Amino acid sequence: MNVVVVGTSHRLAPVGVREQVALDLAAAAELARRLADGGEAVCLSTCNRTEIYLAHADPDEAEERAGAALAEGEIELYRLRDEAAALHLFRVAAGLDSLVPGEGEILGQVRDAYESGACGPVLDRLFRQALHAGKKVRTETAISESPSSISSAAAALAQQVFGDLEGCRVLLVGAGEVSELAARSLAKRGASISAVTSRTQGRADELAGRFGGRSVAFDELGQELAGVDVVISSTSAPAHVLTAEQIPDRKGRPLFVIDLAVPRDVDPAVSGLDGCYLYDIDDLQAVVSESLTGRWREAARAETIVVHEAERFRSWQASLEVVPAIASLRRRAETIRAGELAKAEGRLGGLSESERRTVESLTTQIVNKLLHVPIVRLKEAAATEGTGYVDVARHLFGLGEGEGATQDRKSGK
Amino acid sequence: MAELLFWPALIAYGEAAFAYAGDARHPGSLGRLATWGVRLGWVVQTALLVAQAARADGFPWDTWAGSLNLFVWLVVGAYLIWGCKPRYRLLGLVVMPLAALLLAISYAGGGAAATGRSGYSTIFLVLHVGLVLAGFAGLTLAAALAALYLWEERLLKRHSPRVLKFRAPSLATLDRLVGRTVAVALPLLTLGMAVGFARLRGRSDLDPLIGLTVLAWSVYGAFLVLRYGVGWRGRRAAYMALIGFALVIALHLGLPTSHFA
Repeated sequence: MNVVVVGTSHRLAPVGVREQVALDLAAAAELARRLADGGEAVCLSTCNRTEIYLAHADPDEAEERAGAALAEGEIELYRLRDEAAALHLFRVAAGLDSLVPGEGEILGQVRDAYESGACGPVLDRLFRQALHAGKKVRTETAISESPSSISSAAAALAQQVFGDLEGCRVLLVGAGEVSELAARSLAKRGASISAVTSRTQGRADELAGRFGGRSVAFDELGQELAGVDVVISSTSAPAHVLTAEQIPDRKGRPLFVIDLAVPRDVDPAVSGLDGCYLYDIDDLQAVVSESLTGRWREAARAETIVVHEAERFRSWQASLEVVPAIASLRRRAETIRAGELAKAEGRLGGLSESERRTVESLTTQIVNKLLHVPIVRLKEAAATEGTGYVDVARHLFGLGEGEGATQDRKSGK
Repeated sequence: MAELLFWPALIAYGEAAFAYAGDARHPGSLGRLATWGVRLGWVVQTALLVAQAARADGFPWDTWAGSLNLFVWLVVGAYLIWGCKPRYRLLGLVVMPLAALLLAISYAGGGAAATGRSGYSTIFLVLHVGLVLAGFAGLTLAAALAALYLWEERLLKRHSPRVLKFRAPSLATLDRLVGRTVAVALPLLTLGMAVGFARLRGRSDLDPLIGLTVLAWSVYGAFLVLRYGVGWRGRRAAYMALIGFALVIALHLGLPTSHFA
């Protein structure tokens, strides 16, 4: 059984092309069922890729069917088989094929595709191992730990100051889209948006309502500062809206100030106050750049993990080829042993029951010992050198021939 | 035999120190290697102390070098409580080189030998040395946490883009731990001092070291009052913990000239 993947991704096609083959989960599941046709198929469709995984005895036919389903000829597609296909899926699940290495969303998307696909033993094993590889990469490397956007960098820095953000109170100064994104990132980590202030009262009311906070008048900014832990400022004011003098004595409580505005909203002198940490847009951008560099560094370590997992899958796949041959070899040996014993039945007539059991056991042990080394070597060779040895074993022992002949005789042909 | 256990312990601590340094540069598997070095070294040092105790007539760590050996064991033991967590690995960068260095000094001073004789063996002495050293171990750990706090705070204040790279505990966590560690260590030191004073009752052989110990105790006492009573936190509290630790170092250096003289 071969594994085949046919698809396109952000590496091959621009968004205008990708959107032609993008599918929602239900449509992807339907396509997988249609392509499986009693076999195995999974369709993975995200904003960055649409891929069809098939397990089929004839890989050429599988590729053709998957290509036809993805409008081959009109868009450029990649095609991978067996170990390369497995390695590709493991890299996808680990986030190594994503725009931002290690991004976390893809693992959930792979799981959804797996759960809604038409899996049999091969694709079931492939996708379970892909999910395992994805988790392993995220736990054994730091690839997904560092922030990849300005808003997530702001939230990560706030966590570096306060630890758990549960109970942290946030003040939004300015109710623009940028501060909303940063606030959302903090809220996702447990912080509460306690107040929003803006020169446009209506917008402040709307944003405060969305986060369950209060809308306060812009000239009350100074009073609000006493009770909050994080300030996110993003107004279009031409001068500073927050100065060091406005910040009251906080009695040792830290204050984290995020200034996302250009020109800057917050007087840089705030940074000099004890317990105050001020980050402007350039500082946050530098953190993101450093963290992306770190992610690429970690990606190199993650590659070794997925390569190892792909190797494991290849060994397992190879064992699928060798198992029937081994079973056939054992069956043949047992047939010969039982047949020869039956022939000698007349000469063994004088043996007691106990002596007969000894002879049975002896012949079984001889057969098992003779087969032990060839079987071990077959398994090893299948894992390291492919199925060539299996074919040789079939030829040398005449596996399949005798069984076929026996069956033929039995069926009277 | 006991001396033979010293080298594996020192090598394991040394390996941990180097691995922590490597992990700080490139976070990853070296951190785990360091943690295992700490665990292994501590187990071997425990065996060394047990062997010393088995061979001695009385309290085996009644020399300055011997007490240093016991002190290192207590510090590493206290560190192990947090050191196994990945986010506290940076603390090992402060603790483990110090532990390896002090253990080597202890060995050079004969602190790892199993002599079989002891000048003191009263329960007073055992309690006094044990409690004071346990207190010092806690205060050493508090100083390491305070140093880590100041280092991380400096990175944040300077907007270092690498601040998230090290996966260190948050400032709030470090600040809280410094306070808690001192709050646990100071009562141990207080008890140890009380036992020492009880032993000295009626005698007049007070030495300058006792004065220094009282001074260190006062600094840490003030730390706790200011930390929990007045609300001192952050940088000020961290500096105060380090000032107290400077006195602890002075006490250690002064031990051979007075108490053990």
